[in-house]
Amino acid sequence: MNFELTDERQMLQDSLRRYLSDTVTPELLHKATEAGSGHSDTLWQGLSEMGVSGALFSEDDGGFGGTGFDLSVVFEEMGRVGAFEPLIESGILAGGLIAALGSDAQKALIEEIVAGGTILTLAHGEPGSRYDLAHVETQATATDDGYTLSGRKSLVMAASAASHAVVSARTSGDRRDAAGISLFLVPLDADGLEIRDYPMNGGGRAAELALTDVTLPADARIGPEGDAHAALETAQARAICAQCAEAVGLMDAIKDLTVGYLQQRRQFGQPIGKFQALQHRMADLLIEIEQARSAVINLAGHLEAPRTDRERHVSAAKNLVGRTAKLVVEESIQMHGGIGMTMEYALGHLAKRLTMIDHRFGDADWHLERFIRLAAA
Amino acid sequence: MDLAYTDDQKAFRDEVRSFLDEKLPKRLSDKVASGKRLTKADYEEWHAILHDKGWLGVTWPKEHGGTGWDAVERHIFEMETTRANAPRIVPFGINMLGPVLMKFGSDEQKAHYLPRILDGSDWWCQGYSEPGAGSDLASLKCSAERDGDHYIVNGQKTWTTLGQHANMIFCLVRTSKEGKPQEGISFLLIDMDSPGVSVRPIVLIDGEAEVNEVWFDNVKVPAENLVGEENKGWTYAKYLLTHERTNIAGVGFSTAALASLKRIAGLEMQDGKPLIENPLFAAKVAQVEIDLMAMATTNLRVVAAAAAGQAPGPESSMLKIKGTVIRQEINHLTRRAVGPYALPFVSEALEDGSNVEPVGPDYALPAVQSYFNNRKLSIYGGSNEVQRGIITKAILEL
Repeated sequence: MNFELTDERQMLQDSLRRYLSDTVTPELLHKATEAGSGHSDTLWQGLSEMGVSGALFSEDDGGFGGTGFDLSVVFEEMGRVGAFEPLIESGILAGGLIAALGSDAQKALIEEIVAGGTILTLAHGEPGSRYDLAHVETQATATDDGYTLSGRKSLVMAASAASHAVVSARTSGDRRDAAGISLFLVPLDADGLEIRDYPMNGGGRAAELALTDVTLPADARIGPEGDAHAALETAQARAICAQCAEAVGLMDAIKDLTVGYLQQRRQFGQPIGKFQALQHRMADLLIEIEQARSAVINLAGHLEAPRTDRERHVSAAKNLVGRTAKLVVEESIQMHGGIGMTMEYALGHLAKRLTMIDHRFGDADWHLERFIRLAAA
Repeated sequence: MDLAYTDDQKAFRDEVRSFLDEKLPKRLSDKVASGKRLTKADYEEWHAILHDKGWLGVTWPKEHGGTGWDAVERHIFEMETTRANAPRIVPFGINMLGPVLMKFGSDEQKAHYLPRILDGSDWWCQGYSEPGAGSDLASLKCSAERDGDHYIVNGQKTWTTLGQHANMIFCLVRTSKEGKPQEGISFLLIDMDSPGVSVRPIVLIDGEAEVNEVWFDNVKVPAENLVGEENKGWTYAKYLLTHERTNIAGVGFSTAALASLKRIAGLEMQDGKPLIENPLFAAKVAQVEIDLMAMATTNLRVVAAAAAGQAPGPESSMLKIKGTVIRQEINHLTRRAVGPYALPFVSEALEDGSNVEPVGPDYALPAVQSYFNNRKLSIYGGSNEVQRGIITKAILEL
């Protein structure tokens, strides 16, 4: 048992922190928000040159990391500066699924993902699926030499930056069955694919996809037919680990801003941080952030554990981080007062991004219920 | 970063388990599991068993007869002993006075008192709080005036836990009224059998007289019973409180209490189903379990840092707050779980050797009494508000 980072991860953390704090300015975030791609080309290129995506894959899959603690180190740093690059989409979700299920030919894509030249995304959620991973209505129909896909995919992150999407579609079963879900690699300029692209709260862009008889060759299928659910769950567990670590980074940044503000802002003739009503709330915030950090450590340490154990930690972390995020956001805005509500002050973006963590991959309540189900199983 | 125990740590855990299987008397673990009150003899019996094995000085280095365990081994020991429903180790000699004597005591004091803590010759209690000095401990008034080779002690201490069993008390006393209040305090060891010492029990809301008032009326204390230097007692007291707080996270206690909560909620029926299957109740239990899972790691992070040479600092204030909040929430849910049988108060049923039948399930009264008793958790060892003040100053620098 030990809570120190290995030398390699410490170096990764140090260099990433230095690079991000030098590079990610309010101007860069503003430009990224306005960009049609939904992220910053400058930042993406810089991260690619550092090989950050390589930390998301194991050596066997062409990276140099891939464990829970590799993910948590990278994403805590991304959160600290409020960056919204498509690392989760490309490296962990789409890339992770290809690494887990893909053919040798498909796995060649991973090299491009690691190099940063290709961005992929996952198109899995649908208009009615909410947080249910098994809810897939999009149909894949086998043809003589491949498949045709029809249906709708919702909240496809980074679609405007990606060249391809890993699309889930049903090859058998009913719309909420875990069995019968297959994955396909779909070029985002395919015929029959309509894309409605839009910006998101907290940064980045996503898209609604409408697929009408999109024709794919047989080798577009990733992994065996109808058997993708377990891999989707594993990939989502890894994405949640990354996302929760990002949340802790965001919390740290928000905490620093808020403590600084309490020290500087004067009212009634003294710094407002001298008021006990605020001191005790800030102390409680600090404690809850450390709890969130511990939850991420627990999850990162169990990402390779057997399914039930892993998923219990997934839901525990997502629940705790979701609750803590709400507390940190609401308290930090309140303690800042009016300035905390403006988009021109750094807190605005960070607070929105941290709030949105609770709206992807299941919120605090959803994961609490799931935690109970997993314990009963 | 690695959450798993090493092979050595696993072997150690197995060793603790087989020791507990073999040596922990069932009579004692049954009492602890069922929430019965432990007598002085119960504690002494368990201390003697641990001492026999060399495992009583859990936090002590080997040179003083302790285990020399590192933070992880101490954590394993805590988790295993609480899981097995062993009595707790009475903390006043082992966890509080021991470390202070080792760091600040004279060679004579170490040689005399440390072995007596381990072999049970002395039962120590703590003389810190006074009626007018609780959270504001430095305002304490109990005075010790130097008179030749003695001090004459006058005043009152309160909230003296298990003082009724003690033959010795370590006290913070005022030796000077000059300068800041903190600068006139000394750390004095007092024999409870000295003429002029009197003890009065205080019955708490759980029905037990766990704490006491202690009066000193012209009590003569040999000057060699002063620990360290005169008027430096505040420094030693703070050192002691840091140690006290490290243990106050109570992860082992909370883990055992959570298991008990789940067992009770599985037995209690509500609307024809076990209470634990009620979604609202299950959600509350799950919530505190998730908090405890994170807390266990927060605790390990702090003790691991402490083991690496960093003194337990203001982080222990965070552990104290979160640890007590979680434990109190588990106590609250357990009280809820027992339902209407929280009402009967047949206190005798909790006494050693009593044949009085409880009304309703036998777990009901202990659940309620634990709830009441553990209101203390957020009050003692520096109230949770005092801890927030420490975090404010030491970490947030506000």
